[in-house]
Order: sequence, then structure tokens, then C-alpha cells
Amino acid sequence: MTTHDKIMSYFVNEKGYYGDFGGAYIPEMLYPNVEELRQQYLGIINELSFQEEFKALLKDYVGRPSPLYLAKRLSQKYGANIFLKREDLNHTGAHKINNTIGQILLAEKLGKKRIIAETGAGQHGVATATVCALRGLECVVYMGEIDIKRQAPNVARMKMLGATVVPATSGSKTLKDATNEAMRDWINNPVDTHYIIGSVVGPHPYPDMVSIFQSVISEETKKQLLAQTGKDEPDYVLACVGGGSNAAGMFYHFINDENVKLIAVEAAGMGVSSGYSAATTYLGKEGVLHGSRSILMQTPDGQVVEPHSVSAGLDYPGIGPQHAHLFKTGRCEYVSITDDESLNAGLLLTQLEGIIPAIESAHAIAHLEYMTFKGDENVVICLSGRGDKDMETYMKHFKL
Amino acid sequence: MNRLQQLFQHKKKDILSIYYTAGYPNLPDTLKIAEALEKSGADFLEIGFPYSDPVADGPIIQASSKQSLDQGMTLQVLFDQLKDLRKTITIPILLMGYVNPVLQYGVDNFCKACKEVGVDGCIIPDLPMYEYEEMYRTCFEENGISNIFLVTPQTSEERIRKIDGLSNAFIYLLSSAATTGKNLDVSTAARMYFTRIQAMNLNNPLMIGFGISDKQTFDSANEYASGAIIGSAFVKALSAEGEIEENISAFMKQFR
Repeated sequence: MTTHDKIMSYFVNEKGYYGDFGGAYIPEMLYPNVEELRQQYLGIINELSFQEEFKALLKDYVGRPSPLYLAKRLSQKYGANIFLKREDLNHTGAHKINNTIGQILLAEKLGKKRIIAETGAGQHGVATATVCALRGLECVVYMGEIDIKRQAPNVARMKMLGATVVPATSGSKTLKDATNEAMRDWINNPVDTHYIIGSVVGPHPYPDMVSIFQSVISEETKKQLLAQTGKDEPDYVLACVGGGSNAAGMFYHFINDENVKLIAVEAAGMGVSSGYSAATTYLGKEGVLHGSRSILMQTPDGQVVEPHSVSAGLDYPGIGPQHAHLFKTGRCEYVSITDDESLNAGLLLTQLEGIIPAIESAHAIAHLEYMTFKGDENVVICLSGRGDKDMETYMKHFKL
Repeated sequence: MNRLQQLFQHKKKDILSIYYTAGYPNLPDTLKIAEALEKSGADFLEIGFPYSDPVADGPIIQASSKQSLDQGMTLQVLFDQLKDLRKTITIPILLMGYVNPVLQYGVDNFCKACKEVGVDGCIIPDLPMYEYEEMYRTCFEENGISNIFLVTPQTSEERIRKIDGLSNAFIYLLSSAATTGKNLDVSTAARMYFTRIQAMNLNNPLMIGFGISDKQTFDSANEYASGAIIGSAFVKALSAEGEIEENISAFMKQFR
């Protein structure tokens, strides 16, 4: 958090902007909630008691630090030293829990009694329901009606954890509509409710707050790299991007290390020109979505376009405002990987390393095919989640 | 002085404003509805330009927005439909919608198009005050477009004063912190909130909206403001079977 004050150029300014992106484009009904959060989040997060409790839960409950694993057979195949940051080994199976632990502690400090969240595939919903069970708070998760049918095991998990799962029946009935419904809930319950947004999207201060909670990923990686390679700067850092929270956490402490090349991997779906894609930086334009100015997929008239990706976690028509800024300034390279390429990379990692990755994370692995190495480069890839939730998709695709 | 400012100068009570979604129930209905509403006694109109992700709206306006978009509505189509607005309509007209379509149209182009067709003001709920002041205000004012701000029971007094300073037509007082389409419950808390705002003696007149659906809720709102705004209840009436003009005059009869 000290770095947050020191380095400004790629981070949020006092008005809530990353360059041209960010801000808080919200109706007046949400203003008091968001403003309360804006005034308090840094103060609360920087309190010693908060940090102690946050770190203790990350260690003993989530199982951090997550290993940084040198994937030898994968390295051999691509001719570089490839390290996997094992967020898949966290409790609940992905990086999402880092953020929900932070936000539930923050909600408690703000005196909130009720938690709401949106979820696509259900990973963030499960991570939110988990921390609500842990702390004994009421939990309501909005999930697109179509996603509820597609992701039955996660719906059951949330229910078992005591959460109420509310179907979003408006619009396309997927993640973006679940987000709309959660915002509507917050408008209608302005006093006692905290909205735990699952990614680095939404009005300021959400993108900054979520990236701070996820920054533990790169904080640990630096220490682990130093111990394992003798230097804390790798040559490349890769992460997949839907809204962009694992990437934001994975990049956080490397953003000002100019020698570190950052690569964000978006979902090309069936191909960027197929009409079924979620490659936001390639297909999108600047605009406002879910409370912040960023880059989003939209019609010329400014209507939000429904994305497609085989991976529900990347199936989002926008990216967080910090990503939009990293893209526009060229600090980070944004590439995209198709559904098929990601599934093949998932199989490859499984058979070379014995790790079944989430299809989201497999997108980042798949980009190795497009990179050329001299042989001694250090590459860190954020393995943001495990593939248990994706078995049905893998089974169908590979006829297992 | 635009038509909206003139209206509030001459009329201090019982002002009735109606919201409806452009291009609904059928794409070409926009102007026809405005004409019928003026005829049946509405004081001014809010024409909604639809957006795919209307977070401040409840199910009725969401559904009308979606249908309108599916039928081909865009901001450009709307401005084309409103080209001859001032040949038949004399009451003030506001456009209401979300900021992203305005950004894509271009704020400059949007304000100019509003002025050209004879629109008097805008309500853009997700355009924040800071951004309005920094980037939009000049353009709005140069084109004589009044920007309308919302106030909720949770809005602080300091912020209301600031909103009052930036407003030049009226302030849109939300009956409660809620999405559109809920029924107004004129509870003790709501009365205290309305009375508190009334007692602030703001420069701008007040209009109460959200939850106003019939004569009774309209009258309650009128006790505390210059008038009230009806949205979802009217949009619902539009979706009923039968001729649009008849549905409109049947709905309006209770007020006028």
C-alpha cells in the first residue's frame, strides 16, 4: 500500500481516474454508498488491525502464499523458464477469494449487515458466499438465468454456503445483466448493504480497491522470484483478462518495473472477427460501462454488445479502467486467444505438468505458442484458477 | 430562457410531467404520443432514449427500452423522428437516458441536435456532477439545454446546495432511493424528507418523481413540490391493448 502512494502514473489519481479512464458514472441513488467507500477505503485498508486480520486470513484460511512453481516440462517445450503463480491452489479454487476476504472485512468496518454480489460462472459468487459464511453476514448473489442453468454445481455451492441466488432475467441474462441487477439492489438498499464487486471494474474506488486486494499476487511473486532466481524482475508477466482482476493483481508490483514486459490475454472466443468474441481492446471503443469510463464492446449507437467466450470468467464486454489505461499508453500488450486454443492449452498443461487449469487461465498459457524466447528468459504466468468447474466443457470438447 | 424555464416561471403548482420511452410500443410512435399527451394536459414531457443496460430503471422501463432497441431505435433515429417536433408540440421536452449513447453520439453533436429540434433539457442519471461541470456544462449552456440533477433522501445538504447552483430549470426529487416503477409510499420518513428539502428554500423549483403512478400519489407529491413526474405507470398504460391515443386519454383523465 506504500507503493500506491509513491507511484502514480499507471495508478488511480485523486479524482478516480487512470489517465482518461475511470471515474464514477453512477446515478445519484448510488452516490452516497460509493462516496462513503471512496472516503474510507484507503484509511480502513491501511489500518494496522485491518492489515493484520487480512493477512492472517489470507495465510490460514486461503492458504497463502500460493506457490510460484517452475514448470519444468512446460519450460522445456517453449525454451524459457516458465513460472506458474498458483492461485488455483487457493481456498475456493481461484484468485477471487483474495478480494472477497478484503471486502468483507471492509464491509464489517463500515457497519454493513448485508452483502450482495454479481457472478458469471459462479466463482466470485462462491468466493463471496464463502466469506459471508465465514463472518456470518447475509449474502445475496445475482446470477444470469442462463448462467444458473450452465453452472449448476456452483449454484449448489452458494446455496450450501447459505447464500440466496437470485436469477437476473433482464437483457441477455448473463454476467453483465447480473451486474445491473446487483446495482439495482444496491440502489434499493442504500444503507445496510455492501456490494462486493468481483473484478477491477465499476465506479471508483472499486477498480483501485480490488486491485489493492489482489496485489498480494505480485507482492508474493517478487519475493519468490528473488529467492528462486536471484532477481525479483522477470522478463515477462502474463495473465488472462476478462474484467481484469487477476491481471491487475499480477501486474500491480511490476507496473513500474520498465524492463518487465506485461502481456494481458483476452478471450477471442470463436475468433475476433467471428461476431462471437470477448476481445475487448480489439473490438471495443471508449465509453462508459458499469460506472466507469473504459473500453467496451458496443454498437455505434453506444449499446453494449453481448460478448462470447468459452470461459465464463472472460465473457465480459468491458475491461477495468486501469487496463484501458495500460492498453492506451502501451505499457501492457493486449493479445487474444480463441476458445479452441485455450482448451488445447488446458490439455497441454494438464499432460505436461499434471495441473488442470481453469479455461480462463489456459488462455494465458496458450499465448506461449506466439512467443519466441532466447532460452534464459524468466516468464511468470498467473494460473488464476483450477479447472474443476470446467470439466464438463473439457469433457465435451475432447470427448473424454 | 427556454420553454422549461418559462413554464416554471408561470406555473408554480400542479405541474404534470410524463416520461415515456421513445420508439415504444412501435418505433414510429414517439411523436404521436407527445401530441396526445400535450392534448390531454401534460405540462412537459421526458422522452427516454433507450439503453441496453439501464441500471436505474425497474422492469417496466427496462422492457420498453429493450423493445424499442430491438425495433431499431438509436439517438440518430430519435433526432430524425423529432425533426418536426416544434411544428405540433409547444410544451417543453426533455430527453432522458444514459451517458454512453450520448458519448458515442458526441456531446457537442448531441447538444446541437437537441437545440436544433427544439429539446429544452436533459436528464442523464449516470452523468456525474464533476464530469458535467468539467466537460459538459459549457456545451449544454451554449445550446440552451437545461441539465436536470437528481436528489435522493440520502443526498447531503451540501451536495443539494451545489446541485441547486448548477441547475437552471428544476431539481428532480426522488421519492425514495429506488429504481423506477415502485409505488410511492408517503411515509412519515418521506414527508420529513420532502419537508426538509422544501425548507431549504432552493433557487430551483422541485419536481417529485419515482413511484408516482396515479391521482392519489400525484396529489401527495404536489403538497411538497411544484409537481410530479410519472414514468413507469404511463409506460405500462401504453403497453395495453387498443389504440394508443385512447389509452393515453384514458390514463390522463384522472389528472386533467
